[in-house]
Amino acid sequence: MTEKIKFVQGNEACVEGALYAGVDFFAGYPITPSTEIAEVLSKRLPEKGGKFIQMEDEIASMCAIIGASLTGHKVMTATSGPGFSLKQEALGYACMAEIPCVIVNVQRGGPSTGNPTHVSQGDINQARWGTHGDHSIIALTASNHQDVFAMTVDAFNLAETYRTPVVLLFDEAVGHMREKLIVPEAGEIARVDRLRTSLGKGVDYHPYLPREDGRLPMSDFGGDHRYNVTGLFHDMWGFPSNNPKVVSGLLHHLNDKIENNVHNITRYKEHFMDDAEYILISYGSSARSAIHIATNRRARGEKMGVLELQSLWPFPEAMIREKCANAKAVLVVEMNMGQVMRHVKAAVDRPENVFLVNRIDGKLITPTDIKSLLRVIQGRGV
Amino acid sequence: MSVKEYIRERYFPHMWCPGCGHGTILNSLLHAVDQLQLDKKDLVMTSGIGCSARISGYVDFHSLHTIHGRALAFATGVKLSKPELKLIVPMGDGDALAIGGNHFIHAARRNIDITAIVMNNRIYGMTGGQFSPLSGAGKKATTAPYSTIDSAFDVVKLATAAGASFVARSTAYHVLETIDILKKAINHKGFSVVEILSQCPTHYGRKNKEGNASQMLKFQKDTTAKIGSKALEKNPLLIPRGIFVDNDVPEYCQAYDEVIERAMKGRKA
Repeated sequence: MTEKIKFVQGNEACVEGALYAGVDFFAGYPITPSTEIAEVLSKRLPEKGGKFIQMEDEIASMCAIIGASLTGHKVMTATSGPGFSLKQEALGYACMAEIPCVIVNVQRGGPSTGNPTHVSQGDINQARWGTHGDHSIIALTASNHQDVFAMTVDAFNLAETYRTPVVLLFDEAVGHMREKLIVPEAGEIARVDRLRTSLGKGVDYHPYLPREDGRLPMSDFGGDHRYNVTGLFHDMWGFPSNNPKVVSGLLHHLNDKIENNVHNITRYKEHFMDDAEYILISYGSSARSAIHIATNRRARGEKMGVLELQSLWPFPEAMIREKCANAKAVLVVEMNMGQVMRHVKAAVDRPENVFLVNRIDGKLITPTDIKSLLRVIQGRGV
Repeated sequence: MSVKEYIRERYFPHMWCPGCGHGTILNSLLHAVDQLQLDKKDLVMTSGIGCSARISGYVDFHSLHTIHGRALAFATGVKLSKPELKLIVPMGDGDALAIGGNHFIHAARRNIDITAIVMNNRIYGMTGGQFSPLSGAGKKATTAPYSTIDSAFDVVKLATAAGASFVARSTAYHVLETIDILKKAINHKGFSVVEILSQCPTHYGRKNKEGNASQMLKFQKDTTAKIGSKALEKNPLLIPRGIFVDNDVPEYCQAYDEVIERAMKGRKA
C-alpha cells in the first residue's frame, strides 16, 4: 500500500497516470520543462514490455506515436511550446485521420524560445487552433498532482472514445513542483480501451463509417482488415475524395463528434461556489492561488468561490454561463494575456463584469495579485 | 498469386501522367512482393506527399498516406510498435531528401528494419515542376528559370554514410534488376535504401528537353551501368547500378527487445 503513496514532480504524476491508463508507446524529444516525462518513461516502459523511442525531432515524435497508435497501442508524446509548434501539422493529421493519441504540453513562457524554465499558460489558444483548417480538439489541464494523474488517465480515455488527439496542457510550476500523489488501485478509475471492429475476415470493413452512437471501431494494422489512412479528405473506406458531400460531411463529423459532446467532455471543480457573488475562474497552477484567497475570504464571511476548469477545449461555455449567472464579478486568473478570459466574456450574460488577473513575467500569480484587483472591483480603493 | 491480388483494382486507373516511371516501379514492387510470397496482412506501406506518395493507395496492404517528408517517422512508429510487420516506404526525391532529409538519415542511423524506396525523378511533379535536391546543377525547373545552381545529393553515398545496412540503385528501365533488388531489400534485416531513377516527361523532361518517356527511358539505359561492368570501367562517369552495401548489423527493434530484457531483469533484481 505504501508504495502507492508517492512524493513526486507533476511530470512524474503524469507518467503514473499514463501508465495507469495503459500507455505502451512513447516517442519524444528533449525539451524543458517536459523532459522528465521522457526520462521516466524511458525507464518505466521497457520494464513492462512497452516501447520508448527518442526521435530526431519533435515532428518525428508526433508522427511515430500516430504510427504506433495504428498498430493498436496507447501512445503519448510530451513537449513544451516550441516543440508543440513543431508538432502541429502531424497533430492535424491525427485529427483528420481520427487516430487516438495524447500530447502533453508542459507550458513555458513564449513566444519563440521565450522563458524555458519559467511558468506560463500561453498555449491555450494554440492547443485549439495551432494546426491549420477547421477541426476540433480536446484539451485538459490540472492544478495538483492528484488531478494531473486523473486528467492524464482521462486524456487516454477521451482519445479512445472520440478517436482523436487529446492535449494535456500542464504548466511548468505544476510539472516541476513536488507534492503527494496517491496512485489508485487498478480498476478504481475506469479505463477506456481501444474499440475494435467485431467484423471478421472477408467482411467489408469501413474504417470511417461511424456506428449509430457516433463511435468508429478500429482495426489494428497487421489485422484482418487492410484499409487506407490519409490526411486527404476521404470516404468511409479511407480513400481520398474531393466529392463536396464527402468533404463537408467529414468536416462536420470531425467537429460535431467533439462539440456536440461538450457536456460529456467538460471537467471542472467547484470550490466554495454555493451562493458565490465573486467568482474566480482559473486552472493549472494559477488556480492554487485563487483557491487560497477564496478559502481566506470565506473564513471572513465573504461570498467568494472558485470555478476551476479542468477541460479547456471544447470550451465549457454553457457550464460557465450557468455558474456565473448570479455573480457580481467574475475574475479570470491566468498566466497569459487573457486567452480564457475572452471566452468567458463571450459565454456569460454580463461580459462587463468579467475581469482579468494575470501575470506574464514568468512568475506565479500570487494571492496578492488577485487581492489588488479585488480591492478595485469591490470599491475598497486601489 | 497474380500481381492483381496485391492491388486495389477499384482505385485504378492511377493518377500518374502517361509515360511516368512510377507505374513501372509499382509494377516491379508488386512482382517482388509476389515472388517473395508475402502475406498482404503483414505488409504496411507508408508514404508521404507527392506523386510518389499516391502509390500507397493502390496497393492492397495496410496503407498509411501521411504528411510531406515524414513517412519514415510514421513508419518507425509502426515498425517499433509491431516489429513483425514488414514496412515498405516509397518516397519521392523531394519528399525523402529535402523536407524528409532528417528522418532519412536518422532512420538509416538506427538501422530499423524498413525498406525505403526513393522514386527519383529529379523534380517536384505534383506541384508542377520545381527543382529538387536531386535535380543537380544546370537544370531547368519552374523555380529555376535561369538554371539551378544547387548540387544534388548522391542518395547511395548519403544512405551509406548515414548507416543504412543495405543500399542499392536501379532505374525504371531496368525492371528485372529492380525486382531482384527489391526482393533482397525487403528480405534484408535492417534499414534498406533502394534508389530507383524514374522519368517525369511532363515536367523534368519537357523543361530540360530530354524528350518523351521512351527517350528518357533510353537515357536511363545509356547513362547507367552495373557495378563491376566493363562499361563502367571504361566510362566512370556513368551512374553505377546494383547493390552497394549489404551488411549484417544489429537491427533496431531487435536491439530494443534486449533493452526490454535488461529492464525486466533489473526490476526483478
